[in-house]
Amino acid sequence: MSYNQDMIEKYRGNFLKEVTDNVEEGDWVKMCMQCGVCSGSCPLGPHWEHPPQEIFMMIRANKREEVLESTSMWMCTSCYNCIARCPRGLPITHIMHGLATYSQRLGLAPQNQPTQKFANLFWKNLVKKGRVNELKLGLSLYFMNGFGEGIKTSLKMKDIGLNMLKTKRMSPMEYFGGHGCKDIKGLHAILKKAEELENARIGKSGS
Amino acid sequence: MAKKSYSFYPGCSSQKAASSSNYQVSVDTMCKELDIELNEIPDWNCCSASIGYAGGGELPRLALSARNMALSEQAHGDQDIVATCAACWLATKETQERLHDDQGLLAETNQALAEAGLKLKNDKKIRHMVEVLIEDIGYQELGSHVKKPLEGLKIAGYVGCQTNRPFGIDGESFENPKYLDKMIETVGAEACDNYEKKVSCCGGALAFSEPEKSQALIKDIIESAYDNGADMIVTPCPVCQMNTEVYQDQINAKYGTKFKLPVVYYSTLLSVAYGKSAKEAALDGQIIRAKQLEDIAGK
Amino acid sequence: MADMKIGAYICKGCGLGERLDCDELETIAKRDGKAQVARQHDFLCSADGLKTIQADIDNEGVNRVMIAACSRRAKSEAFNFDGVTISRANLREGVIWIRPDDDELRETTQEMAADYVRMGCAEAKYSTPPASAQEKGTNDTVLVVGGGITGMTAALEVARTGYPVHLVEKTGELGGAAAKMWKDVPRHSPYTDPVDTEVARLAAAIEADNRITVHLNSTITKTSGAPGRFSADISTESGNTVTENFGAIIQASGATPYDANQLPELSYGKSKDVVDRVELEQLAIAANGGPIKRPSDGKEVKKVTFIQCAGQRSDKEGHLNYCSGDCCLTSIKQAMYFKDQNPEIETEILFDDLRTPGAPGEDFYRSGQDKMITFRKGQVSEVVAGDGGPRVRFKDLILDEDLEEEADLVVLATGMVPNSGVDIDNVPQNEPGEWEVNVDSILNLNYRQGKDLPHLKYGFNDSHFICFPYETRRTGIYTCGPVRRPMDTQQAIEDATGAALKAIQALESAKIGRAAHPRSGDLSYPIFRKEGCTQCKRCTVECPFGAIDEDEKRYPLFNESRCRRCGTCMGACPVRVISFENYSVDTVGQQIKNCDIPEEFDEKPRILVLACENDAYPALDMAAQQGNSYSQWARVIPVRCLGSVNTIWITDALNSGYDGIVLMGCQKGDNYQCHFVKGSEMAHTRMSKIDDTLQTLNLEKERVATYEVAITDIDRAPQLINEMAETVNQIGLSPFKF
Repeated sequence: MSYNQDMIEKYRGNFLKEVTDNVEEGDWVKMCMQCGVCSGSCPLGPHWEHPPQEIFMMIRANKREEVLESTSMWMCTSCYNCIARCPRGLPITHIMHGLATYSQRLGLAPQNQPTQKFANLFWKNLVKKGRVNELKLGLSLYFMNGFGEGIKTSLKMKDIGLNMLKTKRMSPMEYFGGHGCKDIKGLHAILKKAEELENARIGKSGS
Repeated sequence: MAKKSYSFYPGCSSQKAASSSNYQVSVDTMCKELDIELNEIPDWNCCSASIGYAGGGELPRLALSARNMALSEQAHGDQDIVATCAACWLATKETQERLHDDQGLLAETNQALAEAGLKLKNDKKIRHMVEVLIEDIGYQELGSHVKKPLEGLKIAGYVGCQTNRPFGIDGESFENPKYLDKMIETVGAEACDNYEKKVSCCGGALAFSEPEKSQALIKDIIESAYDNGADMIVTPCPVCQMNTEVYQDQINAKYGTKFKLPVVYYSTLLSVAYGKSAKEAALDGQIIRAKQLEDIAGK
Repeated sequence: MADMKIGAYICKGCGLGERLDCDELETIAKRDGKAQVARQHDFLCSADGLKTIQADIDNEGVNRVMIAACSRRAKSEAFNFDGVTISRANLREGVIWIRPDDDELRETTQEMAADYVRMGCAEAKYSTPPASAQEKGTNDTVLVVGGGITGMTAALEVARTGYPVHLVEKTGELGGAAAKMWKDVPRHSPYTDPVDTEVARLAAAIEADNRITVHLNSTITKTSGAPGRFSADISTESGNTVTENFGAIIQASGATPYDANQLPELSYGKSKDVVDRVELEQLAIAANGGPIKRPSDGKEVKKVTFIQCAGQRSDKEGHLNYCSGDCCLTSIKQAMYFKDQNPEIETEILFDDLRTPGAPGEDFYRSGQDKMITFRKGQVSEVVAGDGGPRVRFKDLILDEDLEEEADLVVLATGMVPNSGVDIDNVPQNEPGEWEVNVDSILNLNYRQGKDLPHLKYGFNDSHFICFPYETRRTGIYTCGPVRRPMDTQQAIEDATGAALKAIQALESAKIGRAAHPRSGDLSYPIFRKEGCTQCKRCTVECPFGAIDEDEKRYPLFNESRCRRCGTCMGACPVRVISFENYSVDTVGQQIKNCDIPEEFDEKPRILVLACENDAYPALDMAAQQGNSYSQWARVIPVRCLGSVNTIWITDALNSGYDGIVLMGCQKGDNYQCHFVKGSEMAHTRMSKIDDTLQTLNLEKERVATYEVAITDIDRAPQLINEMAETVNQIGLSPFKF
């Protein structure tokens, strides 16, 4: 059975409990008092399919798939305005990140959501050498929707790239090697262990 | 003032030939003038910023920052960790807080760190360079080094998000922090008192994944600076700097605006005011040249 | 009374000496004011200044002290001498501070000061030092009506202070509404779980206290008297009556749960599984900590839905207009009954606005959230009785969805209706004591104005929500708990403590013949000259506090210790037979007459300002402190309440040549700020009829203006005076000058 099926079985219509147990900072969700300050404070507020206040209510209303398949959480820019303003002190930014991560783990995250793709590219990029390779990250971003799209995007971004090169804030040499951690083996061992421990905690086998 | 020493976490973007390498150049210049010693954490790794969540989850993400902190403890045990990048500072500080509040997570983190022979005590402060300047050096001392006051310049202090929320600078409000304005005044320039977009979001990492939505935010930030009569924007954050500087042409093309507003780091401002050369102040790193600063530096 | 001897004291401090010709003022005090002693002093409120005055009282026989210095609101403790009357000519705030310091204006400023000195002396001449009221009730037993949490607390608080108490309870046991609860909202930190109601503990404490006499199955069938000398008939159901005497009364008659039968749309009465909050308590008591079972078939409840504001905060026919204040906390508590027993039970609270007032409020709400009670902002349209269980139809206001959900049990968070007896203001009264009512009276007062305490709003007994809690409009009778305003037990307990102290204040004041409140300590009381009375009943009807009854010959019968000393009766009396020793038709009337009215060709108008001493007069003082100014033609006289203004003052003022009159009272109406509740309203009504007088005198009606002035009207109050000056300027001077 898939992780998603496991969780459906385990929580049977108690999505709030599922979130409380498995989502980063998810035990805060029940404390929302529905004032809506978060939704009103979000810089991308109008672009959320369901703004945070609504997400919290949907969780209580057991709208599991609607929440987890939503693009909403992927709209978070991590500006922390909601956290700063929440009168109940909910770590809303982290909850949104947590929900997004959880939806991905369950295989429910929306397909072709650009931020979701970018977030994963970013992680892969940094894990590879222990430090972000901005050139490769940028290129992989441009080409994340295929080669043709990639060329188009690259052309559009050409001027910015040239500007960055001119001011020595980018170097083509980064493509070949670039910066990285020396003890990359150690770093990878740490990450592997951390992932194992976390999966054990949320009842997820393997990755 | 006696020399001050810190364990330094530079972060990916300030490396050579990375997007905020110019920030690093001006920080080095500024620190030299102020007798601040930055001891780089050996073999530091990426903090995963705030966008790393989807791939990393919670514990792996915390483990990244924990490794840096453990390495710092090992190499410069008694020194506070200082970061110049808002995201680096935030991710590390968040890790510190989360592991402090949740002993279970701390134990798990140490279990992971043990794989590389590391151990975290989690007892050193995590600080932003701005905190060092304000709290350890002080405005008075910062001002006393000024050789070329930036007279006649009007500057919009764009604080942005992550140096401001959720931790922020001690004693400052989330809605209207004043420290950047005070720094602007300390170097003899005029601050835009009513800069409405001072703490608004530039889109952060979503400038890459959601360019249109982010550029709409960026447009407002620049426009408001113009409306307030600013000659340039100053910011403490590499993402803010990059987002508000590099997309101005694209925004102009889309919105028919004529933006060409330089965006500099506080460290650039201080370096110029301290009489350093354009190169030392990293003015050559500006995609939109800060002509007025170049003129002052060239005098 | 010994011979009257006026001593006039003119202060030269605070700049008075520089701005005014004090020698002239001294001459005026002697010549016009007939002051036998007149002195100037550089610093009158200093120890030396006060000594001078005291020496004159002791050695010269001065018994009318006229102080021409600052406002009567300043230095009132310093200028306080026993056995004499004190008049104050307000030369500082009323003259030199309110007028610009300008050489050209010196003459009119001096005229103002001179008039105030004349007026102060005139007031002194017509005042006598007040002796305490003749009527002195000495009983110090407190009657507490109602044996719920509120009444029990009040009884215990009074008893612990050392006073005897009689506690009267209508039913056969103490505890009231709380006794019908399984548990209560916590009253102490941590505010996390429901706690014992403490009814048993309080009942035991009452049992153990020999100062408290309990009357069960009893009601009050008659109450008469006044603070310090109340008499009450306490009757049992079987008709046995005992008569007891009391110093003060606390009414803690509580509230009745709203009748949910008025909510057919929520299926109350149609489905057994739709219950109100009281019935849910019964279910919880029956469960005794085990699973709560639904009434229809005894099935264990697995899903319960609470509907907030059921029949409340609504304009619909038969609904309560107000918020009952405790239902949100009660529903959270009741939801915990389920969650604490079994966390798996689905508990949903449908609310529009969640309101959790009081100390436990926010913490208890959080605790409810922490226990995973679902709080949902939803508007319920209907509950449908179904086979499986009641189905709740509602709109989720956050998700903007119309939904229908089945529950095993639906709880209606219904409100409370105060047990406040007869609404005496809205009951037709043919003859005194004869009402047609279908509501049981609580106190059965034999007062002229009605059997029960006047209602304030929505049937609750109170006199003012903010300024005067517990103080009903019947001195010596205090309300607390949900009969006063909607509240929970915690607030009722605090309320009971407050009312207990008020009751003690009233009976102690009665013992020494002083006003209880708000003019605490006032020794004056209304003196009635029976021979002039025409039995018009205005005083008995208009007294805001029901202090005046009628004797067997229909003459007014004053109950001094019920009186608040506002003077509304004095203002009402058409034949002017009611007065106070230091406040009368003459003390004010003679001030009006002793102001110098210049001849017409002098072109110096005079504007009389009668300002309520509670709000308008302080506002004018503060205006002066802030450097505001008003017309030099104004002469301001403070009054106890605008309700005490007798129209004769207006007629006399117009007749003697005043050009305009401004009356300033407090806000009237539903949100009144009048310290005497109805005084300002009464005055406005009376003044609306002043046009006739003006017409008779052939004067323009603009010459008299009545305003509501708040203490914060620091800019507006002077402006109103200036507007009258402008009006006089436009319509010309009064022809009544001589």
